[in-house]
Amino acid sequence: MVLTLMLTMLLSGGAAFAAQLPNFPYHSIDVLPIDRAKFLAGQKIDFEVELKDLGTIKSVEVLINYNPAEKFFGKAPVVKLAAGVSSYRIDQVSFAKPGPVNVIVNVLTEQGAASREVNYTVVADKAQKLAKNVILFVGDGMSLQARQMARILSKGLTEGKYHDLLEMEKMSNLALVTTSGMDSLVTDSANSASAYATGSKSAVNAMGIYPNSTGDPLDDPKVENIIELAKRSRGMATGIVSTANITDATPAAMVAHTRRRSEQNFIAASMLDPEHRPDVILGGGSQHFLPKSVPGSKRSDDRNLVEEFKSQGYTFAGNKTELNQIQNSAKVLGLFQLDNMNVYIDREVTKNPAVLGSFTDQPTLMDMTKQAINVLSKNQNGFFLMVEGACIDKQLHTVDWERATYDTIEMDKAIGIAKEFAKKNNDTLIIVVADHAHSASITGTYHELDGKTGRQAVRTYAEAGFPTFEDKNKDGFPDNPAPAVTLAIQYANHPEYYEDYKFNPEPIAPAIKSGSKTIANPKKDANGDLNSSKLPDTETQEVHTADDVPLTADGPGAEYFRGIMDNTEVFFGMVRALGLDAVK
Amino acid sequence: MALGNWGKEAAAPLGFAELYSGASSLGIQFSPKLKSLNGKRVSMVGFMAPPLKPTLAFFVLTKVPMAICPFCSTDADWPNDIVVVRLSKPVTALPYDQPIQVTGRLEVGSQIDRETGFVSLVRIIADTLERAK
Repeated sequence: MVLTLMLTMLLSGGAAFAAQLPNFPYHSIDVLPIDRAKFLAGQKIDFEVELKDLGTIKSVEVLINYNPAEKFFGKAPVVKLAAGVSSYRIDQVSFAKPGPVNVIVNVLTEQGAASREVNYTVVADKAQKLAKNVILFVGDGMSLQARQMARILSKGLTEGKYHDLLEMEKMSNLALVTTSGMDSLVTDSANSASAYATGSKSAVNAMGIYPNSTGDPLDDPKVENIIELAKRSRGMATGIVSTANITDATPAAMVAHTRRRSEQNFIAASMLDPEHRPDVILGGGSQHFLPKSVPGSKRSDDRNLVEEFKSQGYTFAGNKTELNQIQNSAKVLGLFQLDNMNVYIDREVTKNPAVLGSFTDQPTLMDMTKQAINVLSKNQNGFFLMVEGACIDKQLHTVDWERATYDTIEMDKAIGIAKEFAKKNNDTLIIVVADHAHSASITGTYHELDGKTGRQAVRTYAEAGFPTFEDKNKDGFPDNPAPAVTLAIQYANHPEYYEDYKFNPEPIAPAIKSGSKTIANPKKDANGDLNSSKLPDTETQEVHTADDVPLTADGPGAEYFRGIMDNTEVFFGMVRALGLDAVK
Repeated sequence: MALGNWGKEAAAPLGFAELYSGASSLGIQFSPKLKSLNGKRVSMVGFMAPPLKPTLAFFVLTKVPMAICPFCSTDADWPNDIVVVRLSKPVTALPYDQPIQVTGRLEVGSQIDRETGFVSLVRIIADTLERAK
């Protein structure tokens, strides 16, 4: 009985009780989905129990609400007994009724009995006034400070008062979102986007699944995502838009199920699967859609996914001109770069040929958002659209706050386009959220007008005054990313790097590998201060932080978003606003 | 380190900017110069990217020093203008932050490394590796 009690107390993940149980130092009973998981009634999941190092197993009993699981789900389990990890699994099941769900696992081994209990919550809430459409904007890595940098540069302030707020700030509801994953305090973009897409927490690098212990990145128990639910339960149109590879973590998590986000060739092909095939796919990353015989492809097979999408009725656009010409298509695949799209400063401000190469006709996030809404809004059943400002994150990783901020402003203008659309019928919920934070903070300003340079020219408190960004053409973007008085931005968790506080005309990595260590890149800000790192020398970039992130929302169902919320609640806010009935 | 280039044909210098003559989202076009040098001995200066595994008999030569960050994009994300350098035996002695000169026979065309699945377009079968002057 001691064994039973000990095991009941064990949490998922295999805490060691070696002293008490010398025969089973790493044993555990892991239930996937995990304890305290929450589901929409009818949302499909794969249910798996893993029994780890319990010795010779004589029998396994799984009770759901005190009924045998096979009877509760109406499906027989697949049981695999093995020396190390045994598995009890029932795929593609759901909980039809809202309310609490209790799961008890009883295992009888040659050494004795063991058990585990977890509890789930099932909801089927509907907003009083329902939304027909949901547009989810994810500013990747867009911390509170990243929003504020965009506000300072885009709107400006005089005598401490801002001239205006961002579009994403002029929304009815505000919440703070906690971002941790099931395996770690600090999340990555796959794991956090997966929480938004499924309502379930996952692990770093994973999307649309609960991670089991096998090495196969494609066999983990799945959780049905928002695109699958919108299509299956209501026949809605769906779309994903990103400035990154469209197979990168955030857009991929709206669609795919994998333990490993780097499976981008699998993810690209998975976008063709009818159950989650988005009607609109716009972004970078054609390298994962072209057959390996085409120079520039990163595929390892001969599939030409561009042609496969075309044969499914998709109109293809390879540049901005082709995207803007599309008029009467219900399905669009637009891929505008082999890799991540270039950032706004390089695409639209400096237009440096050395950076852009042949990719001189890429659409803006505004162009993509506008066309996505045009196409998707033709569906009478409504639409779900996810738009990602991806390079806010990628540029903060390389301690390039100017490039990150112009991309934040770009996403804000895309939000303005969505708000204009929403105003027409007032039946669209718009959510703007980050997936995790970065450590960039605004210390004050920086200028060399008195001859000081480097950290001696960082101006704090009263000396800071205000930066001198100008927007004479009133397009919302400062005309010059390098004014006489700029912001002094400092990072809490950077690798060793040189900092001169000035705008870099070309994107450049802050640090490089030298042997097994990371060292400052001598080509970046060579005359700047050497900032020693507080991170292990294995880290080559600025890293994500565990800070809560702001969420703003407007439209029907926005009332759900207030106070401090877990990131999984973004999913429940969306399905509640749409009133999706997944039991059908 | 010289791997023995006695009697080899003279190497044509090739720069990263000379690899491709154009690109669109439907693919990259090899430059006429790159195509004309296919099968010939060339010499390129670049940086050795940290190898996927120290035991591999190939490494990636890049225009600028690399710092791959799997959580910023993904570990599969390399720039498009990379050159795979094949070696007769694994090399780990070269620094990643100093430019190196690679000389050997140029191979153009898509190829997948059997052991790692790594896809390459442009390769140099190296006979000489040395620090760039």
